[in-house]
Amino acid sequence: MSKDSAKGGFWRKLVSHQLFIPLVALILLAVINLIHDPSFFKITLGTNNAGYPALSGSLITILDYGSELAILAIGMTLVTAASGGQDISVGATIAIAGSAMLRVLCGSNSRPDTLAAPIIVGFIVACLAGMACGAFNGMLVAYFKIQPMIATLILFTAGRSIAAWINNNELPIVPDPKFGYFGGFIPGVPIPTTVFIAAACIVVIALVLRFTNLGLYTQAVGINESSSRLNGINPNFIKFITFVILGLCVAVAALIKVSRLSTINYSVIAKDIEMDAILAVALGGNSLAGGKFNMWASILGAYIIQFLTTTLYKFNVSSDALAAYKAIVVIILVVVSAPVFRDWISQFAKRFAKTQKEVG
Amino acid sequence: MKKKLLSVLLTGVVAAGMLAGCGQDATAQAAAEAAAVSEAVDEAVAEAVVEEAVSEAVDEAVAEAASGELIKVGIINNDPNESGYRTANDADLKAMFNEENGYDASFAYSLKNDEQIAAAQKFIQDEVDYLLLSAADTAGWDSVLQDANDAGISVILFDRTIDADPSLYVASIVSDMAKEGQNAVDWLASQDLDEYNIIHLQGVMGSAAQQGRTGALDEKAAAEDNWNIVKQQTAEWNAEKAQQIVQSVIDSGDKFNVIYAENDDMAKGAVAALDAAGISHGVGKDVIVMGFDCNEWALEELLNGDWNFDQQCNPFQASYIDEIIKKLENGETIDEKVIVMDEKGFDASSISQDDVDTYGI
Repeated sequence: MSKDSAKGGFWRKLVSHQLFIPLVALILLAVINLIHDPSFFKITLGTNNAGYPALSGSLITILDYGSELAILAIGMTLVTAASGGQDISVGATIAIAGSAMLRVLCGSNSRPDTLAAPIIVGFIVACLAGMACGAFNGMLVAYFKIQPMIATLILFTAGRSIAAWINNNELPIVPDPKFGYFGGFIPGVPIPTTVFIAAACIVVIALVLRFTNLGLYTQAVGINESSSRLNGINPNFIKFITFVILGLCVAVAALIKVSRLSTINYSVIAKDIEMDAILAVALGGNSLAGGKFNMWASILGAYIIQFLTTTLYKFNVSSDALAAYKAIVVIILVVVSAPVFRDWISQFAKRFAKTQKEVG
Repeated sequence: MKKKLLSVLLTGVVAAGMLAGCGQDATAQAAAEAAAVSEAVDEAVAEAVVEEAVSEAVDEAVAEAASGELIKVGIINNDPNESGYRTANDADLKAMFNEENGYDASFAYSLKNDEQIAAAQKFIQDEVDYLLLSAADTAGWDSVLQDANDAGISVILFDRTIDADPSLYVASIVSDMAKEGQNAVDWLASQDLDEYNIIHLQGVMGSAAQQGRTGALDEKAAAEDNWNIVKQQTAEWNAEKAQQIVQSVIDSGDKFNVIYAENDDMAKGAVAALDAAGISHGVGKDVIVMGFDCNEWALEELLNGDWNFDQQCNPFQASYIDEIIKKLENGETIDEKVIVMDEKGFDASSISQDDVDTYGI
């Protein structure tokens, strides 16, 4: 009998572990692909048209295209934990940050022959633009106490028009092939640069969480704002700073997005990415009502969403139907994480254990 | 306290928005106020301050009268940031429909049909003289256009046709999308490949451009044995999506030798995926790249031999529309209801720098 309960404890522990849902989703997707076409997992080393080695294969594609999402998931997790709400303006602010970057790189001419400023200056301006948008959202949420979704609705609606206005409605094209490295390959390195950028962001946030109190304070504010204030934390500032950090993540994602094609299209760049970023946080098993969070689960969630997208493309699902499939995932997640469902499951498990005991 | 302050702020913002949104109402109000002031002046002694107010009011009244002579047009278009085509189209319209040319134009933009219909209803309420429309979707316009006709508003379609009774509009200045598609498919057929394995990147499903450009290719692929469509997928005019879709085909190892992208942006996305995978493209290379719209940068790709074909889609309809409105204002009748604009296809082997400068948008 003691053996039985130990076993039950193990299962309960496993099921209740936060990484359980994302890992199950990951395994499920991997198995489906393995059955459908094992070549999904094949990685080949070829040369790209610039004459340099480049890895290719579906797994590389997932790592490559999942990068922006993983970076956004970092910021979105912090915002969600601290404010108990989500930023729905990230797609639009990517357009703003990207547009600001191109404005600096190309100057007032939309088709320059040479860069008007070094790439690093463009990136710094994008960071400032992203952080300014984040600060705007953060100010509304933290100091004006507006619901995060309502506060960020402002930039969600206006952001793409602002982005177009920054460049006078022109669509600049960056002439320097070096700019394309960030969204493509660095000559001689066969792994997509985006993978390194995402890895760098993950390392940075890991160090920040390890060596500062950001993680602790964010969770404290998310769990109970007034008691964290009594303990000497300034909840408004913590909320504000999470939005600014998300703004920085947005700028990095914008760099990748714009670099992929060396140009921008304000109305479609990073379209619907806010929903994917929020979904990544939810898929990681984090409560969307704030409080405790697991950063690694969110990042894993981001790659799983890209895995799902790549799989659906492979299965010839029409790309305008992708959102519907993601919606199904959201519904399942929301239902599974609902307290009513959890209670029901635990009761069911108890009854199951009881009958087993009686039989034993 | 904070809440009160916030609500006051919000009210202010909303009020400002309403004023900005309903310019007409604002000027009407101003005129009414002006009238009130002038009445007051008749009665009262002319004080210096009042005099100033009157002269201001008179100025406004004059401006009001001048705007009454302008032809009032409501223009419903797709989002100008959607593509280079749309940016050129919007710039062309704005250059034509302004006060200098005798027009009082209001613009509404949306990529969504329902929002466009709502905008049309608003223009009808505003009593515009002409409603110019580039519909996001071909369906669903009958009732709102009927309302426009009942209100005595002439409807002119530009750029895109709709599935509605032709009696509902006075003229339609369009690109013949089916002809564009046919042009492109004919060019592709003239390449005489042994086998055509095509990745077909479609625009937003249901738009006239998508339907016309898809129709020609579908028909040909069904008729010929050696024409296979490896992948037919909508990338919604979006370069990023096109890149991912082509990447997924490359990853799956399916063979293809033609990219048929229904606009230049998607062709660009597809080419980015080809470049990363080391697949050569362009004149005399492994994969033929075809685009639509003739953006300047796309024609430059043709000039470099990196793409093979680009089909023009003429965005400059404003002068045609202007001509029709002038005719209607003079009481003339419109002989031809549907005006199809001239459109060319460009082959990378014959394109010149002059073509790029002339036809690039």
